[in-house]
Amino acid sequence: MTSALSLDNLSKTLPVGRTLFGAAKASVKAVHPITLAVEPNETLGIVGESGCGKSTLARMLVGLLEPTTGTIEIEGAALDNADPAEFGKRIQYVFQDPISSLNPRKTIRQIMEAPLKRLHRMGRAERDMRIAEIFASVNLREEFLERYPHEFSGGQAQRIGIARALAANARILILDEPVSALDVSVQAQVLNLLADLKREFDLTYLFISHDLAVVEAVSDRIAVLYFGSVVELGPAEKVFAHPHHPYTKLLAESAPVVGRPLTAPEAKGTELPNPLDPPPGCAFAARCPYATDRCRSEVPKLAETTAKTSVACFHPLVGSLG
Amino acid sequence: MTGYILKRLLSAVPVLLGITVIVFLIMAMIPGDPATAILGSYATPENVEKLNRDLGLDKPLVQQYFIWLGNMLQGDFGTSFALNRPVIDEVLERFNATLVLAGTAFVLCSLFGVAAGVISAANQYGWADKAITFVVLLGISIPSFFLGMMMILFFAVNLRLFPVSGMWPIYGARDLSALASHLALPAIALAVVATGVIARLARSAMLEVLRQDFIRTARAKGVPERGVIWRHALKAAMVSIIPILGIQAGFVLSGAVYIEIVFQWPGVGRMLVDAILKRDILLVQGGVVFVAACYVLFNIAVDVAQSLLDPRIKT
Amino acid sequence: MIPFLKLLARNRLALAGGIVLSVVIALALVTPLLPLADPDVTDTANRFKRPFSDGALLGTDHLGRDLLSRLLWGTRLSLAVGFAAAVIAATLGAAIGIIAGFYGGRTDNVIMRGVDMLMAFPYILLALAIVAALGPGLLNALIAVAAVNVPFFARNIRGITVGIAHKEFVDAARLAGLSNARIILTEVLPNVVPVIVIAMSTTIGWMILETAGLSFLGLGSQPPQADLGSMLGEARSALITNPHTSIVPGVMILIIVMSINLLGDGVRDALDPRLKSGALSRPMAATLVNRAKPAPQAEDKGLLEVQALETQFHVKDRIYRAVGGVSLHVEKGECLGIIGESGSGKSVTALSVMGLVASPPGVITGGAVRYDGDDLIGAPYRRLREMRGRNVAYIFQDPLATLHPLYRVGDQLIEAISAHRPVGKAEGRAKAIELLQAVRIPNPEKRITDYPHEMSGGMRQRVGIAMALANDPDIIIADEPTTALDVTVQAQILSLLDDLRRSRGLAIVFITHDFGVVAQLCDRVAVMYAGRIVEEGRTADILDTPRHPYTARLMACVPELGGGKRRLEAIPGLPPVVDRLPAGCAFADRCDKANEACRQGDIPLERDGAQAVRCLFPERPPREVAS
Repeated sequence: MTSALSLDNLSKTLPVGRTLFGAAKASVKAVHPITLAVEPNETLGIVGESGCGKSTLARMLVGLLEPTTGTIEIEGAALDNADPAEFGKRIQYVFQDPISSLNPRKTIRQIMEAPLKRLHRMGRAERDMRIAEIFASVNLREEFLERYPHEFSGGQAQRIGIARALAANARILILDEPVSALDVSVQAQVLNLLADLKREFDLTYLFISHDLAVVEAVSDRIAVLYFGSVVELGPAEKVFAHPHHPYTKLLAESAPVVGRPLTAPEAKGTELPNPLDPPPGCAFAARCPYATDRCRSEVPKLAETTAKTSVACFHPLVGSLG
Repeated sequence: MTGYILKRLLSAVPVLLGITVIVFLIMAMIPGDPATAILGSYATPENVEKLNRDLGLDKPLVQQYFIWLGNMLQGDFGTSFALNRPVIDEVLERFNATLVLAGTAFVLCSLFGVAAGVISAANQYGWADKAITFVVLLGISIPSFFLGMMMILFFAVNLRLFPVSGMWPIYGARDLSALASHLALPAIALAVVATGVIARLARSAMLEVLRQDFIRTARAKGVPERGVIWRHALKAAMVSIIPILGIQAGFVLSGAVYIEIVFQWPGVGRMLVDAILKRDILLVQGGVVFVAACYVLFNIAVDVAQSLLDPRIKT
Repeated sequence: MIPFLKLLARNRLALAGGIVLSVVIALALVTPLLPLADPDVTDTANRFKRPFSDGALLGTDHLGRDLLSRLLWGTRLSLAVGFAAAVIAATLGAAIGIIAGFYGGRTDNVIMRGVDMLMAFPYILLALAIVAALGPGLLNALIAVAAVNVPFFARNIRGITVGIAHKEFVDAARLAGLSNARIILTEVLPNVVPVIVIAMSTTIGWMILETAGLSFLGLGSQPPQADLGSMLGEARSALITNPHTSIVPGVMILIIVMSINLLGDGVRDALDPRLKSGALSRPMAATLVNRAKPAPQAEDKGLLEVQALETQFHVKDRIYRAVGGVSLHVEKGECLGIIGESGSGKSVTALSVMGLVASPPGVITGGAVRYDGDDLIGAPYRRLREMRGRNVAYIFQDPLATLHPLYRVGDQLIEAISAHRPVGKAEGRAKAIELLQAVRIPNPEKRITDYPHEMSGGMRQRVGIAMALANDPDIIIADEPTTALDVTVQAQILSLLDDLRRSRGLAIVFITHDFGVVAQLCDRVAVMYAGRIVEEGRTADILDTPRHPYTARLMACVPELGGGKRRLEAIPGLPPVVDRLPAGCAFADRCDKANEACRQGDIPLERDGAQAVRCLFPERPPREVAS
């Protein structure tokens, strides 16, 4: 079975600063080469803190940003031109801030019709029917169509954003922190809705978030991102319960959990390396309590440790913890 | 810091070149034979031929530009045929007078404008705010030349407090007090409009800043309200105000043209208007380039001041 | 459109300006139909007649021409040219600005360099140069003025367009298959138009002045054509002898431009969305207090005692009861957590303690806040200020926004101390270093000279904590201090706060929406919903056996690490808007146990020892939860 989404050596280097004549002064490797595959119907969770490159990665996957190296294959077909319209029929995006992802000067109907008109060239009657269908699936009333974005709450606006992504008939959805801007009680509603839609429409999700518990609750597999690279990839129920990479362990132990006493986990400082001057070896070496000389000079590659888990570490933590 | 100054100066070079290109192109739009246009009533066949040779007016446009530019870089801005004087001498002398006028007005409007804006914002909706708002509105709605004329009528003619026109007395000592009394009305008339604009901008910049979170932090620390306004809010507001001061300098320079005419001030603005009316093309060209270049340098100074104030600007 | 006009009309000055302008425009339009003398006919026998002489209502000028007639014809011309210049400059400038801002990159670079060069001229120089080249004349003056103002629009509009081009809805439009041209027209342009209108409203007055100015210099309208500027120019020589020839056109210009400016200000205020929320005014030094009832008596409960606090926001004609009667107390050295979602009133409660709620639109309308027995609400400002930062200190959510961007970190720390007592330079520096050490910032001697933007988020928040500790306060109120931080950083900050609390005997009021944080840090917790406390008690008790349905359901719908992949128990519906609170329990609409009794009257907070719950049918009645 072909993967829903297949990344091969995908990376992105961004220029930084400008000389007098427009050339780039320096560059930052926002995303180091990533190779991974997302299976159909799975939810792959992507977890990372600020500066890990998850937003850059997400934008590349929908064609909003052209990769520096590597290819993206969607359902087996290679798409190597950064043309969002081509991508839009197969893979869609749900944005973090629901209100600012809707044009404040357009009605909901106009927003919903855009992908139907442009990507699928549907006629009026067809569009109306399809919009009614989608709205029913996301539990929105049809009278909302004539209103403007500012009239909606965060949760409703996010459902509109999801409806828009579905309207394009894409089978793969990139969800970029889809519930981070929502209140906790509304988060649960939207997460449940996403699970229902996935079942109903046979979708594949890439769920990006910084909230470990949320990612764990919705994902089949989880990829942990640090400083632009995947450091661990494994089944959701194992990744945080039995972390293999020291960074994953640090994350899991830092998250405030009811019942766990408050102790700052052992880590030397909380500073990311300077992206303009990255260290020669493993990016986490400076903070890692297990780092050796080899870690500081060589970059570890993502390799399988057990049947389903891959780690990018020279001294992965095997054996159970906590 | 020196590096930053050098960088800004370096980036000004293309702007200066651009200015010369723009002026040159505008002048090239003059219909008819350029030499005849420049010489005006002095357009005898010998003069026309001489001018064609000197300025290369029979050569292609691009070459003409470089000849002109080359001359300017050596300090030769050409000769004004109407005044029979090198352009650069005339411009320098007149610019001096304009500097006195515009400089004084600029200092006045900056100080009063910022102070008025701050008081207005600190006192929002109070009587001081309303009074200042009204005066400001008047200031930005009145044509500066009309204001100048009315001031002459009232203060100079009716009240006889100040002289009617000119920079120096015709008879009498040319000392500082004489200058001051001649400078008073024109500088104030020139400053009024600019003060209004700065006051409004300062007021809205202050209001904007007063709503920021760090103002709340200052209050939460227990900083007295005076300190909140003048130390915290004003410093942050200056970051938005200083660039405006730079633009205001441009307005003050522009307004100076009208004031110089109304008050017969021997400045470069009046020189330019006369030159245009007399079609003294070289004088216009030279004057415009010179004043514009000074303005560019002034703006660089404003940028440097801005970077001294705001540590977030990388120097 | 209609609400915009209504908002505009409410502004009396703008209305006056609009009326005056309409009258002037109307007059200008009907001028050809009026029985006026011919404005160009000279009659030197009757020159310089005074106003109100017969035959000439406003007198005559130096050539005997009727001033009233010339005034009206001149006004026509000035208005026409001014508006035309404004429209041309706005259209061209906006087009250039949109293209530069949208496409970015090289296009933007080249265009903006060009704009910069045009803006490098003081505007009149450019106008004079253009008129010099084209020759004097009204049309040429119009071209000059329009050309000179194009850069202003271009720069302005480009700035806005850049912001819009990076907004997520533009990305979404791309993903929906819209082409660039379509995106510019249908996504970007509608959002840019209000800015164009605002920019025009500020510049139309200017352009009328500028064209009048060029005519005044003799470079604009040429005789016999006359606009207001050239009338003024021609009258200049007779200023002293016959001032009325100057006053008439001058005053007319003033009237026109003033009314345009008044109207323009009104348009700007009406279009500015922030005005709609009444938030445009600057906050006062302390929250307004307007208590309907006298303050309740002191009950001597703990160091900080909040009694029946009511804080409202008065926005236009709506009243938002953000805090609708909150009572809590904090003992010395204890950590009280306040947990709730957005709109629950938790932050407003915290800010009300020291009168830091923004006023306008905030008002404290009831209750008392007692520190050591004294009521802070309604205390004189001096007392409040003395206590701020000294007895009660705050830590806020986003340290990049809450630290002053232009002052060094060390100076801000020292200021926290010097606001309360004089402190010498050496002592200040030493104390600042000591404070940074207390919050575990490495290399503090170097760090005190840093600016906030040179530090990472976690470090900035440590500085915020250090500032709060500066005067050894008794209580620290922390408003979601870790919400904006990464989870690894959060753990360190929480651990730091806990250590500091225990070592210094600090009381902490910790506001959050995260139960995990509350569990780790707080001794007691109060749960807020729609402006009231719905449950309160010891943390362990509440987390084990929540009694209020909201608390129970809130805990159930938050995923816990280690819980595995599962469906979450969502709470249906939305929290109520606090300007339209229902009668009875605010949670009733979303509660599956609610009945008639829940929707009537005021549900009191039932206290049982350390526990309290505001519910008629709590999950487990208080009496049953024994030892």
